[in-house]
Amino acid sequence: MFNYTLRRLLLAIPTVLFIAFIIFLLLELSPGDPMSDMPLTIPPEVREQMRLSLGLGEAWYVRFYKWLYMFTIVEPSHMLAGMTGIESLALEGQRIISFQTRSPVADIIAQRMPQTLWVVGLSYIFGILISVPIGVYSAYRQYSWFDQAGTFVSMVGFSLPTFFTGPLLMLIFSIWLGWFPIIYDTTLIVDSFSDFLLQLRQMAMPVFVLTLYNAAQITRFMRASMLDNMTQDYVRTARAKGMTEKVVVLLHVLRNSMIPVVTVIALGIPTIFTGAIITENIFRVNGLGQLLITAIYASDFPMVLTLSVVFAILIVAFNLIADILYAVLDPRIRYD
Amino acid sequence: MTSRMSLLGAAAALALTPFAAMAERGASGHLNMVYWQAPSIMNPYLSGGTKEQEASSIVLEPLARYNENGELVAWLAESIPTVENGGVAADLMSITWRLREGLVWSDGTPVTSADVAFTAEYCMHPEGGCAQLRNFNGVEGVDVVDERTVTVRFGAPTPVPYGPFVSANSPIIQRAQFENCLGPRAPECTDANFSPIGTGAFRVTDFRPNDVIQFEANPNYRDPALPHFATVTLKGGGDAASAGRAVMETGEMDYAWNLQLAPDVIATMAQGGRGAPISAFGTLVERIEMNLTDPSADLPADVRSTRAAPHPVLSDIRVREALSRAIDRELLVEIGYGTAGRPACNLVPNPPIFASEANDNCLVQDLDRARALLDEAGWTPGADGIRVNAEGRRLVLDYQTSTNAVRQDFQALIQQWWREIGVEANLRNINASVFFGGDPGSPDTFQKFYADVEMYANNFTGTDPQNYLGALRCGLEPRPETQWQGENINRFCDPAYDALHAELTQTANIEERGRIARQLNDILVQNFVVVPLVDRGRVDAHANSLGGVRLNVWDSGLWNIAEWHRIQ
Repeated sequence: MFNYTLRRLLLAIPTVLFIAFIIFLLLELSPGDPMSDMPLTIPPEVREQMRLSLGLGEAWYVRFYKWLYMFTIVEPSHMLAGMTGIESLALEGQRIISFQTRSPVADIIAQRMPQTLWVVGLSYIFGILISVPIGVYSAYRQYSWFDQAGTFVSMVGFSLPTFFTGPLLMLIFSIWLGWFPIIYDTTLIVDSFSDFLLQLRQMAMPVFVLTLYNAAQITRFMRASMLDNMTQDYVRTARAKGMTEKVVVLLHVLRNSMIPVVTVIALGIPTIFTGAIITENIFRVNGLGQLLITAIYASDFPMVLTLSVVFAILIVAFNLIADILYAVLDPRIRYD
Repeated sequence: MTSRMSLLGAAAALALTPFAAMAERGASGHLNMVYWQAPSIMNPYLSGGTKEQEASSIVLEPLARYNENGELVAWLAESIPTVENGGVAADLMSITWRLREGLVWSDGTPVTSADVAFTAEYCMHPEGGCAQLRNFNGVEGVDVVDERTVTVRFGAPTPVPYGPFVSANSPIIQRAQFENCLGPRAPECTDANFSPIGTGAFRVTDFRPNDVIQFEANPNYRDPALPHFATVTLKGGGDAASAGRAVMETGEMDYAWNLQLAPDVIATMAQGGRGAPISAFGTLVERIEMNLTDPSADLPADVRSTRAAPHPVLSDIRVREALSRAIDRELLVEIGYGTAGRPACNLVPNPPIFASEANDNCLVQDLDRARALLDEAGWTPGADGIRVNAEGRRLVLDYQTSTNAVRQDFQALIQQWWREIGVEANLRNINASVFFGGDPGSPDTFQKFYADVEMYANNFTGTDPQNYLGALRCGLEPRPETQWQGENINRFCDPAYDALHAELTQTANIEERGRIARQLNDILVQNFVVVPLVDRGRVDAHANSLGGVRLNVWDSGLWNIAEWHRIQ
């Protein structure tokens, strides 16, 4: 097991490097330009100078090497310095600078992370908490009205895109009823009960939209996995031994059914960090998803590249975690 | 009776004036603004974007700026230097500014002429990539005369010397703060770029790039009674529609910037009753540009769309005129812009002194005249209604623009009108970041102009069109040798035009400048090289409880934010 993990970790390094290189090339070949959203009143020669001052005058391999150096050496040293509080750990030299803000990309990512974790993370947790019981009960009472209703709701959650449900909720709850604010206040500091209520109110709509979507997916998985196990021989044996239905379903079936579901949940965790681009934009929750999309629009290459590679690392890491979890949960699976 | 009425009116106006009730700084409390494009930086010298210019104008101020009528008013300077008052040298080679007395930065230190000179040094640094370099065009040097006086020297006679340090494009920055941020070191100064120290009514307390900015009243602001608001939040991001809603329907926000929305959408929002849209017109004109060179893909890359290959169809002025006459500009405005647009017949629609009145006949759509012109030019209707010339060439034009709902509506309408006169248009739309991106490797940039006609909007900053009109001189066209950079998009070249423009650059008298600029405008428009469509205004919205807003398209919309106040 240990050998396997080590092997996978070592293999992950060239994988991530390769991903970074491909993303860099894609950005390089994409036709956008960081000067494109500047007004036409800026003359071409000034544009050219601005482009040069962004470092775009250098050859692509030089820029990739510089980015790689900053990403793997300079930025981690700054992170380490930030965590330990020892300023001298931070290496001198240029950091990865965003074209839009001319400030270090890492600082902006750190600033945006909490919003995304709060809203998207919470909706993921809610999604799991809601979907597991619904999935279990739907499978246990297959084709009952509860199962039908659950199937209907998860189909709705699956098929309605968030760019539809988001504005719909806004129209109903903000404009008609006036319960929740349209604009998410990212500066709100929760230090009193009333602020906490305000935070709940402004989070309600985006969290609901995302929860519906997450729950829909996990419910279907949970239900399918339960149904697979319900007809297994060991279930009949358990019942024959005279165990109560509660013990049969919640102890025997649920535990076995959770194995694939847990890995699915683990694989979904990186999406918390990538944020929900559309939902964040609609509700102005200025998190990582919104950061990524504005950076793409503005052709802010260092920002897009850094964010995408961070996401790639998370995805590679959680794939590994899911595989290991699988082996831990299911003793029948051995990788060695 | 009438005098009594007016007295009563005056009394009522006085009673309604909120200044009387709260003549103290910060009495109006908190102001919430929403910009659906979020500002990325507070330093306008490092970003040419409008959103950054507007946001930074809350903090940073110029020596002089344009008011809502486009008139130059002294801001940090005592007065506007002119030739008459001796501020501008008689030979037009220099301008001398004098700062107001007792000016201080928000950190309490005095504003001196050294700061002004430093601002020029900062922007003119060869490695800085300053976005506002155009304002410093032709500046030879900036000399400090004394504590409060500075002289800008030009390399050539400059009849309009109001480029450097004028308007929100070119505000004064503090030397002490930016001293170590010159040239290539500019991006290292994150704190200075995010929280510049200024002279404006507010100072930054928290800046989150592309998200939100918080301000508080500047304790050292020069007018002790201003600003009326104590704190300001500028929230960015989202879309124009929900920004408009937040002001006019839910009342969460007090001010929303640049609502580029369909006219009926804005009208519906205004029925929400919490706020109202306001609009103002500047110099932004949506136009069709005619390619005077051949964009045919059969030509070699170094000839295609260059002056080496004249356009086989559009070189004929009669065809160009027919295309313009077939357009119903009133209908375009009604469908695309509503109150935020006016039909345009001129490339320079504003300010009034530069706006020609010679072209107003473009307002009436004249399909018969258009057909007659095409007949005259030898294009006769073919079997399918599309015209064919003697050589058998069909009158088919490629018509490109950027991807944008209004522009695609315009394309469809114009395609229809052109079809009625026997011209077929192949429509294309290109993502804005590519179209305006200027990447010489891309075939789809508006500069490369690999199409017969293209549509977009352009304007000029400030109130003087000299540089704007100068763009269409010979030799300034994008071509392979210039990496396809250049502003003469039409590849227009007329020595008479160039000579007239040269005369403009030598003329200081404003009436004369107006006459010459109008003539230049007429040459372009009457040759149907540029076909103006719509004079586009800017629409903002403010809450009914927000007073003092005077929408200004010549400078920053937030130019008088110090005077904004709450109406009870």
